[in-house]
Amino acid sequence: MIDMQGVTKKYPNGVTALSGVDVTIKQGEFVYIVGPSGAGKSTFIKLIYREEKPTGGTVMVGGMNTATLKQRSIPALRRKVGVVFQDFKLLPLLNVYENVAFALEVIEEEPAVIRKRVMEVLDLVGLKHKARMLPTELSGGEQQRIAIARSIVNNPKVVIADEPTGNLDPDTSWDIMRLFETINKRGTTIVMATHNKDIVNKIRRRVIAIENGRIVRDEQRGDYGYEA
Amino acid sequence: MNSGVITVMKPRTFRRHFRESFKNLRRNGWMTFAAVSAVTVTLLLTGIFLVIMLNLNKIGTDIEKDVEVRVHVKLDLTEADKEQLRAQIENLPEVENVEYSSKEQELQNIIKDMGSDFTLFEQSNPLYDVFIVKTARPQDTPDAARKIEQFAQTETAIYGEEKVENLFSFMKTARNVGIVLVAGLLFTAMFLISNTIKITIFARRKEIEIMKLVGATNWFIRWPFLLEGLWIGLLGSIIPVTAVAVGYYYAEQALSAKLAAHFVEFIGYIPLVVPVTVLMLAIAVFIGIWGSFISVRRFLNV
Repeated sequence: MIDMQGVTKKYPNGVTALSGVDVTIKQGEFVYIVGPSGAGKSTFIKLIYREEKPTGGTVMVGGMNTATLKQRSIPALRRKVGVVFQDFKLLPLLNVYENVAFALEVIEEEPAVIRKRVMEVLDLVGLKHKARMLPTELSGGEQQRIAIARSIVNNPKVVIADEPTGNLDPDTSWDIMRLFETINKRGTTIVMATHNKDIVNKIRRRVIAIENGRIVRDEQRGDYGYEA
Repeated sequence: MNSGVITVMKPRTFRRHFRESFKNLRRNGWMTFAAVSAVTVTLLLTGIFLVIMLNLNKIGTDIEKDVEVRVHVKLDLTEADKEQLRAQIENLPEVENVEYSSKEQELQNIIKDMGSDFTLFEQSNPLYDVFIVKTARPQDTPDAARKIEQFAQTETAIYGEEKVENLFSFMKTARNVGIVLVAGLLFTAMFLISNTIKITIFARRKEIEIMKLVGATNWFIRWPFLLEGLWIGLLGSIIPVTAVAVGYYYAEQALSAKLAAHFVEFIGYIPLVVPVTVLMLAIAVFIGIWGSFISVRRFLNV
């Protein structure tokens, strides 16, 4: 699904965020990316959905090499990858239903398909009954559920999450994690950068630790490994 | 596999872009108004300028075509001398046509133009016999006149030199001033349009960010902004196009009657208004789309 070979990312300001990264993530895996702040986790995540381009090596995602991907082919890649952020990135003037439907409207999906798919994912994240409410009328956890619903509404092969529980209290974080597990069970690859020690230690999955731009640990069913 | 996403626009998508572009226009009401006003002023001046320049050009060409050398023949010549002069003139390479007008005919022309008071001169005609010389090309007229003046039988050779030259030099200056003015206004209008679009893009940056994330194509993101620019251009062209169409209708009627006495004509209504309107609309569309394109390219990053 995701295959990085000899990946280096050097930013124009001279900072080397990643160097010599080799990693393979198979379809259906659930992977935590951990490490201290500024270690290169976000850059790793951004390379997968081609927000950033590697300065060396290859990044294959679903058969496309993001290192050489043409500008006009980026949309095709993004349609295979769902992205979830710490700050949700919802549109405040659209209600819950419209926020999720937006992702399908702008890729010109058929209206009938949009209605069906949106109701399905809202049911999955447990917000069907709040479809007409505005994001601001909902709690942080519920807002993150909308964002997750939006990320999977297009049936992507992989969902990338950058600190998805960073803004949420512990109880809500567990709810969100259960949701990610449900999505993962349906066969979707999950790659999650996180600082949440409790979650990583409790829900044991593959852990990739990055420090100073290098992978220092890659364990199946690993633990967080840092003092929080 | 690596190809881009299919970009043939469905009618539903087109309607969406339409809706979005109008929503954007309304959302930045005052910027839209400023940009539309700038286009209006620009096109109004461009239109008036075009109408005046095209007509002056036509009149100038009319007069130029009519330029002739009037050769005053010395008073004491015999018929043979005159015939010799005629032959000499006709031999000049520039000359196309020579006509003779005796001083009696000249006087009759004056009486016809100026009134019967001039019949007094029939007693003692003060005029010269005249050869009226036309050159093949209007710009050769001064050369021909100078050569004819060298001939012994010629008293003077005159032509409407100053009238024509003054008109043409005036037109040249007016045209340059006009072009600079219009170019300046075009830039202002384009700048205002691109600023309006920039504000729209800024107001919608979060939507644009999400569109990019979920894989909207670049053209899907661009279209509403290009349409917004196009509407600003077209809205700005309404008043100028109407003003030229209505204004020229009355101006032509009022002025052509006066000018007809001087054997000059304005350009007809349809032959003038149609091309000028088309040109103004083309400019409106161009600055609308181009102004928007500048911002789309710089601030949308797609």
